Amino acid sequence: MGRKSDIELVIDGIRSDKRLPSQTREVKMKVGTITSANGSAEVSFGNTTALASVHGPRPLFPRHLQESQTGILRVRYNMAPFSVVDRKSPGNDRRSTEISKVIRLSLEPNLFLDDYPKVTVDGFVEIIQADGSTRVTGINALSLALASAGIPMQDLVAACSVGKINGTLVVDLNGVEDNNSEADVAVGMVPSKNLVTLLQMDGLLTKEELVKLLDMAKGSCKKIYEMQRDALLERYKGEE
Amino acid sequence: MMEMYALELIQNGKRVDKREFTQFRDIEIKTDVINTAEGSAYVKLGGTQLIAGVKMNIGTPFADTPNEGTLSVNTEFTPLASPEFESGPPGENAVELARVVDRGIRESKSIELEKLVITPGEKVWSVFIDIHIIDNQGNLLDAAALAAVAALLNTRIPKIDAEGTVLRDQHEGRLPVVHKPITVSVCKVGDKLFLDPTKEEESVLDAKLSVAFREDHKICAMQKQGNKGIEFDVIEKMIDMAMEKSKELRKLAK
Repeated sequence: MGRKSDIELVIDGIRSDKRLPSQTREVKMKVGTITSANGSAEVSFGNTTALASVHGPRPLFPRHLQESQTGILRVRYNMAPFSVVDRKSPGNDRRSTEISKVIRLSLEPNLFLDDYPKVTVDGFVEIIQADGSTRVTGINALSLALASAGIPMQDLVAACSVGKINGTLVVDLNGVEDNNSEADVAVGMVPSKNLVTLLQMDGLLTKEELVKLLDMAKGSCKKIYEMQRDALLERYKGEE
Repeated sequence: MMEMYALELIQNGKRVDKREFTQFRDIEIKTDVINTAEGSAYVKLGGTQLIAGVKMNIGTPFADTPNEGTLSVNTEFTPLASPEFESGPPGENAVELARVVDRGIRESKSIELEKLVITPGEKVWSVFIDIHIIDNQGNLLDAAALAAVAALLNTRIPKIDAEGTVLRDQHEGRLPVVHKPITVSVCKVGDKLFLDPTKEEESVLDAKLSVAFREDHKICAMQKQGNKGIEFDVIEKMIDMAMEKSKELRKLAK
């Protein structure tokens, strides 16, 4: 991140995997993949695959964690050791701690947890294959899982990554692009309200570039949102 | 109680301590405050106090950057600083704070890490920035980022003798720090935007956007916090507000 690439990743406006700058990879979404969970989903962007499940609302222990006026959302983001080329040692690290927090904050504004005092809704994101943009893929999956668990929400959250590679502003960075980008930005939003609930950036960008990237992210999130809706409808069609 | 009062005031365009929305509390910076560290800074921002200490050790480079020194940032929310802080491994807020400070320094290319090579591919200097919170009265991130930069600017590289032993009482020049990233967090309550929240104000925020700038006004890191969303068009306003204030704060880091 944040380093100028020696390899040319964008030639004549075409990216190394033949995409246009504003094009996402092939997206696959499926709802209801994990039967033991109250809600679940699987989302892939190219070679990045995230599984998400939701357990709850369920009682929260120890009791001092309970909120008397509202339920809480807890999120765990985790990468499988085999999800990357060089095995990742299992368990929590600083990166996953931070990502778990920002995923939670990206989804929380949307939920109506006031109906569930003293309980928890636990969301789990498991990255089983990583090729860049894992946190946003995780958000797309967990948002679907929350919806399929029937947690009251005002809308889904759609997320995508944008960034700058070889001076070109692009959408949905893959692993190589991510490692060689001049900047990358993770954006999550509530499409119907035009609200940004996730925004993280690192690298170097002028303000103008950032504003342009946010605009690209907005366009991309709206398309992802449509796919999320279709995936939910697909799961529940015929069940009136 | 105090929180509700702070909220009501903000909604009416006022603040608990009568400050303007774009006004920071008084800032005091002292450098070279820790003898045992290679560089250090104490920052007092209103009632918030913290110390950043820089230690340099001989380490091995990362495989993908064999000819660069390494940087790591850690934060300790020591229990003495606040009734809410508990001892034990760093919680998610401490981890997040350290990682955002780290990104500001790293992505701005503040330290010339390629100048910290001792034996190419084998031995490099590892720069450790440890930030100790000693009194939390709000806006830890801006204060911590400022302390980190102030400490780096005052860091001296220890000498290494012929046997490869680090001589901490002798130095061979300063750490090559070429950019000064400054982080400013913009807080949002309803349609009101303001800077440098007190602890009470922090507890009633809708959202917060922290932005790190280099002196060429390029953005080098951003992090949105808080559990409400931010409207797209407000983000630009927040960035402008942060950029304006970063120019002022940068003059203090030297």
